[in-house]
Amino acid sequence: MIVTVNGERRDLPRSATIASVVELLGVMPGGRGVAVALNGEVVARGDWRRTALREGARIEVVRAIQGG
Amino acid sequence: MNRLSPQLRIAGRELRSRLILGTGGFANHEVLAKALAASGSRLCTVALRRLDPGAGGSILDVLDAAGVDVLPNTAGCFTARDAVLTAQLAREAFATDWIKLEVIGDDRTLLPDAVELVAAAEELVDEGFVVLPYTTDDPVLARRLEDIGCAAVMPLGSPIGSGMGICNPYNISIIVERAGVPVILDAGVGTASDGAMAMELGCDAVLCASAISRAHDPAAMARAIRLGIESGLLARGAGRIPRRRYALASTTDEGVPVFE
Repeated sequence: MIVTVNGERRDLPRSATIASVVELLGVMPGGRGVAVALNGEVVARGDWRRTALREGARIEVVRAIQGG
Repeated sequence: MNRLSPQLRIAGRELRSRLILGTGGFANHEVLAKALAASGSRLCTVALRRLDPGAGGSILDVLDAAGVDVLPNTAGCFTARDAVLTAQLAREAFATDWIKLEVIGDDRTLLPDAVELVAAAEELVDEGFVVLPYTTDDPVLARRLEDIGCAAVMPLGSPIGSGMGICNPYNISIIVERAGVPVILDAGVGTASDGAMAMELGCDAVLCASAISRAHDPAAMARAIRLGIESGLLARGAGRIPRRRYALASTTDEGVPVFE
């Protein structure tokens, strides 16, 4: 299944969830300071494990950086 | 509202410092940590960007170690839609309802887009956010943002990162006179005297990033701006003398000796 994570195409198993994408990026469990949008909608941290992905999903994973 | 109380209160939260530190532009986290300590700030802005798995330690570690609160911003957003989504992501990431709302209209001046800003502020207030909008120094727009329900207004002194200070002090003082919410001077501060001026004009706090982070000695500038802000607040409370066009002698004319 092809999805887009932070602008990059990735081939993930059909069982992939938001949680597996976040882990793929090396975020520690708990994921403080990290948030996820799926197809332009925020996915609450508590829903990461049960949110399945579909072909063509667009996922943005963001975290805090220095900023004005 | 009482603009002279020693503590700043925004949306029911007391802040023990009137300097909000923007964390953008510091060379590294160590320089930031030293400047943060010197600034005395209790609230720091952070931005959200795509997670880079190769990046080093988190800025949150620096802020947590200093015991300061996080104020996420929507820097980089050009539409109300993007700003609202970014605020929602920030609420999820940092477990805070506070958001410094920036909706930029032009990538050269980085001036706010008033139309998109108002639209985003309305939506975020409706969603229960504590909205601190970065706005122009237009008193009418500031009033509109307050009427919507923003917890403070953050007029610019001059464009972001310009170091031009407060270009229109008359507008800032009009905003202050008419505001029922805290006024935080945001953007344009270049040095300590700009912080003092903001407070003398009646602002409740100052947000400062580049003036500190890009100074030759960020920690020294952080302390200077902190003292400038304290100085300006004291001066405002002390009541300055009126300006006059002609001199007024401070020494009496009585008893002047005659030498002829």
